[in-house]
Amino acid sequence: MSTEVAIVGVGLHPFGRHDPALTGMAMGAQASRLALADAGVSWADIGYAVGGSNVSGKPDTLVGVLGLTGVPFVNVRNGCATAGVALATAANAIRAGETDLALVVGFDKHARGAFAANPADYGHSDWYGETGLMITTQFFAMKDRRYLHTHGLKDRLLAQVAAKAFRCGELNPDAWRRKAISEDEIMQARVINPPLTQYMLCSPSEGGAAVVLASGDRAADLCERPVRLAAVAKRTRRFGSFEVFAPWLPPEAGHSPSVDAARAVFTAAGVTPADVQVAQLQDTDSGAEIYHMAETGLCEDGAQQELIDLNETAPTGRLPVNTDGGCLANGEPVGASGLRQVIDIVLQLQGRAGARQVAGQPRVGFTHVYGAPGISACTVLTA
Amino acid sequence: MIAVDPVLFSSLDPPRLAGARCASCGTVTFPAQAGCAKCAGTDLARVELADHGTLWTWTVQAFEPKAPYRVPEDGFSPYGVGYVDLGDVIVESRLVGDPAGFEIGMPMRLTLLPLWAGPDGAPVVSYAFQPAGGST
Repeated sequence: MSTEVAIVGVGLHPFGRHDPALTGMAMGAQASRLALADAGVSWADIGYAVGGSNVSGKPDTLVGVLGLTGVPFVNVRNGCATAGVALATAANAIRAGETDLALVVGFDKHARGAFAANPADYGHSDWYGETGLMITTQFFAMKDRRYLHTHGLKDRLLAQVAAKAFRCGELNPDAWRRKAISEDEIMQARVINPPLTQYMLCSPSEGGAAVVLASGDRAADLCERPVRLAAVAKRTRRFGSFEVFAPWLPPEAGHSPSVDAARAVFTAAGVTPADVQVAQLQDTDSGAEIYHMAETGLCEDGAQQELIDLNETAPTGRLPVNTDGGCLANGEPVGASGLRQVIDIVLQLQGRAGARQVAGQPRVGFTHVYGAPGISACTVLTA
Repeated sequence: MIAVDPVLFSSLDPPRLAGARCASCGTVTFPAQAGCAKCAGTDLARVELADHGTLWTWTVQAFEPKAPYRVPEDGFSPYGVGYVDLGDVIVESRLVGDPAGFEIGMPMRLTLLPLWAGPDGAPVVSYAFQPAGGST
């Protein structure tokens, strides 16, 4: 007998580049207050909190500005999958009966430019970083190239995905990148790691996001249109999957943690990928959106060419993906990014996504995050 | 000549990479590691890896990375990066040669990559792969 968990409030501090004096934690506090207001509850009502940040401080410090209520507060730090793991932790607290109202918050304020990783943090020796092999964008480019090659997809697909992201950004008042960019301009832009140009890669950015979770009974009282967190699942990598920061791979291919997390979440939610009407996929680069479509089961390997050529992944298509512009148009404050995804799906399922609203009152949504060194978290959200 | 990390090589002249093979399941790791990622075995012995293989995927590092990357004394210039399938294991590597000629599946062979001068002036080296048809 598992307790139902629903999202009853959302709050976003827009992602982008902000005043240098504005801290990541301040953005997390603002997002939290917005989510509490959206839910119509106060901080004192919250019985359990989970926060995630990769580089901008210990999230539980937020109690100092939100209010010293004595609330249990768990900190999560799982790379790009941080927010998914935070959400799962809070949902489990509700299911375990620890509380009927929980807050999940994520925030980060990253410096400009590609992330610099410390080899020791990932179990590697200094040579790996010093010789220039430990760079996330290299992995994205190499996984993209291998995937496109294996499944007969064209390089231009990478530009098509990025152009769609910026068109969505144009429709989203909270997006960082709000100007459409043509496929030709994207193809011809500065090469970062071929086949990827600058517009095909998301940039580390700044922002905060928060959601309020409630048990099913409480949700019905609080919210006219609660969105049910039908299931959440998280997984680490398996033998043979091609992952970021890997000096070697075995010749026998294995599947990625995204495959496992997606399968688990669909099974737990009792729905299939074909039921999904609006999706959020980790698009750290435009190739990631392409292969994550297949890894999560939303389409077959290789089917992306036709789906994207026909604009089916745009908000007006059959399988809308990243309708708020995703990481490509919002950048990635790592601790908050997965909650931005959840917020976009909640707004879509509640019919309050504005200019990017998907038609036909979608009832089943899906989110997926992926991060170093090979972790994934997925949710199924239902109206 | 000094290896940037002795764990990488079984020999520098001729250049040969060192890995480890799991006694239980035969999995080959690079570099050598103490536990097997496949079967959780802990009985792994150092092995010499093949010095040639085929290009599995590749890119070019076109921008200067942040630290801990060490910029060469004569400044940064873009370099190739790829994975090379050696049969028992696919290894990540710097690539030497003109990226215009790189193609998945092309034959590659091992070479040494000069990095910087060591404390006593001796060159510190890592490994790289280059197209098997190319000159050293």
